[in-house]
Amino acid sequence: MAVVTADAMTNAPHTRGKSKMAARDLDLFYGDAQALFNVDLDVMEREVTALIGPSGCGKSTFLRCLNRMNDTIDGVTISGKVTLDDRDIYDKIIDVVQLRARIGMVFQKPNPFPKSIFDNVAYGPRIHGLVNSRDELDEIVMTSLEKAGLLKEVKDRLASPATGLSGGQQQRLCIARAVAVSPEVILMDEPCSALDPIATAKVEELIDELRSNYTIVIVTHSMQQAARVSQRTAFFHLGKLVEVGETDQIFTNPRDERTKGYITGRFG
Amino acid sequence: MSLTFLLLAVALLCALSFVFGRQRAIALSGGRFSNLHSLPVHYGTYTALWCGLPALALLIVWYALQGPVTNALVISDLPVEITSDPGQLSLAMNAISLIAADHGQHLDVAPEVVEAGNRLAILHTISNTALIVVLLCVALTGLSLSYRKIVADMRARNNVERIVRYLMIGCSAIAILSTVGIVFSLLFEALHFFSKVNPLEFLFGLEWSPQTAIRADQVASDGSFGMIPLFAGTLLITLIAMLVAVPIGLFSAIYMGEYASPMFRAWAKPALEILAGVPTVVYGFFAALTVAPFLRDTGATLGLSVSSESALAAGLVMGVMIIPFVSSLSDDVMSQVPQSLRDGSYGLGATKSETIRHVIFPAALPGIVGAILLAVSRAIGETMIVVMAAGLAANLTANPLQAVTTVTVQIVTLLVGDQEFDSAKTLSAFALGLVLFLVTLGLNVFALKFVQKYREKYD
Ligand SMILES: Nc1ncnc2c1ncn2[C@@H]1O[C@H](COP(=O)(O)OP(=O)(O)O)[C@@H](O)[C@H]1O
Ligand SMILES: [Mg+2]
Repeated sequence: MAVVTADAMTNAPHTRGKSKMAARDLDLFYGDAQALFNVDLDVMEREVTALIGPSGCGKSTFLRCLNRMNDTIDGVTISGKVTLDDRDIYDKIIDVVQLRARIGMVFQKPNPFPKSIFDNVAYGPRIHGLVNSRDELDEIVMTSLEKAGLLKEVKDRLASPATGLSGGQQQRLCIARAVAVSPEVILMDEPCSALDPIATAKVEELIDELRSNYTIVIVTHSMQQAARVSQRTAFFHLGKLVEVGETDQIFTNPRDERTKGYITGRFG
Repeated sequence: MSLTFLLLAVALLCALSFVFGRQRAIALSGGRFSNLHSLPVHYGTYTALWCGLPALALLIVWYALQGPVTNALVISDLPVEITSDPGQLSLAMNAISLIAADHGQHLDVAPEVVEAGNRLAILHTISNTALIVVLLCVALTGLSLSYRKIVADMRARNNVERIVRYLMIGCSAIAILSTVGIVFSLLFEALHFFSKVNPLEFLFGLEWSPQTAIRADQVASDGSFGMIPLFAGTLLITLIAMLVAVPIGLFSAIYMGEYASPMFRAWAKPALEILAGVPTVVYGFFAALTVAPFLRDTGATLGLSVSSESALAAGLVMGVMIIPFVSSLSDDVMSQVPQSLRDGSYGLGATKSETIRHVIFPAALPGIVGAILLAVSRAIGETMIVVMAAGLAANLTANPLQAVTTVTVQIVTLLVGDQEFDSAKTLSAFALGLVLFLVTLGLNVFALKFVQKYREKYD
């Protein structure tokens, strides 16, 4: 059990790992409305970082800053800095396309393309030219499905449409699709909110396994889920990062009154 | 007494009944509307409907029957010499109506006919006066009966609902029946044509020259009615039009939907829609006066012989006409592809064009195919541009530089001017119309099926 120090609040490098991504002094505006205020947050390598907070507090917005998905929305302005391996990802010389290949994303609602299961997983490797032969592609698709714990269920129907899978299977397919481009970081925005409890358990198990190879940031509205899957938890409120620290500490001994209020269910 | 006046009177009575019915309901409620089954306005509507509808029905029936009945009365008094001969009878009836309408002073006709004309005029006056009386009686009866039926717990609201429903059923019935009527008349006239011309010759004949002898002593050919050259011409022009409209329409839709800034979109989309509102006759003279001569001159400098009414000119301009149609329909289907699919693709590091090619376009493909099929059926049925620019020569050719003719152009030329209604030439227009109708109907049904199938996927 880590001692609660000022370090946790100022995001000094964590003892357990090194910082993979970091946000510094991040402000974000949708048009004139400010959605993020001065966010400073480190994401540790090969750990699961959970973002929690009441609805509308900016969790998704922050997550989308990490792979520049906010670039696709008109009228968004960002100031501050986000780094990946100490390189500013908003630097002009950074190619967004390559950046997103390094930082994969899984969305709230499963969004498989209306293509076959195989083509869904092969999509990323194909557009990034990761493979030179059909055999290599098969290999990548199989290992990605395997990593997403889906191979057993779909190996006889790789050519059938992905939209025919169940919701939980679709979400794991989306994880396999993200894994297939070998990202270093995987961002997940409430990946289980559209799933039933059994499918949720499977995805949580999967996240725990993926942790050994990937850095994961997950937004969740379920505090139990944050407690189950994450090592670090960040609590957002009204666009501000209120508190971040080891998950155990946040849930057992929060420093901020607002965090305490939220996790004991007094608001949110 | 004019129809306008009668209608105004009925409308006035309806308004009065509305007020009466409503007042009575309010009086019955004793100030608390919750004592009533329905709102006062429903009682008002109820009395107004009962006052107006029977009166209107009577008016329609009366006007439908007035002519035949008065004519029959007049005819029964005419001498047998006139009534026994249909030709003479119809001449006499013409004169009688003219006299009755006070335009017959200069006619030189038998005194019986003049007398009959005067009688008809009197009959009309009687009928019109009777109509006013009966109409007012019916309206007032409806008013008083329904007025007296109003009690606090009468279900005026449900009654009004039911009457309105019948009215709507009546309107849809008129719409459907007139369509069915048109189709059937097309069908029967076409069958009439096929009794004169072998259907196989019509469907598969390679020659179209519909000139037939009108009188027995005229020297003319028998005419040949092979529709293949017309359909080939239609298809050639449609093909050229689609070659223009599909790529341009599709790419502009993609640009508008996926790339353009909201500002540009805000004025470019309405601009395209204005293009869709240009009357086709304007496109037609543009094709005939600008594009066709330009193509001919260009062809001449290149050493090609381009006919001054070429399939190419008509097809190009028709293509321009169809661009907004293709682009706005495919823009609609592409914007229906959920944002989550775009996000999924961008999230994997795909570029915009990769996302469009590999995700949006395939997902929207069924809808786009549907849009294109609808555009094809538009092009096949388009008349004005080809009438003005494609010419009349029924050439069977695949060369876009030659003049061709289309089904619609031939229908127009067959029916323009004085025609004998019974000739194979005139009737062939109906057969062509029927085939055209079946082709476009088939295309539309097929296209809508496609679009529907696509819609189901994202609901
Ligand atoms: N595309 C957008 N345009 C404008 N405002 C947005 C947009 N997306 C989110 N917001 C606003 O930003 C704030 C944070 O939203 P979000 O990040 O989605 O919250 P969370 O994911 O924590 O529920 C909310 O007030 C929301 O209304
Ligand atoms: Mg969210």
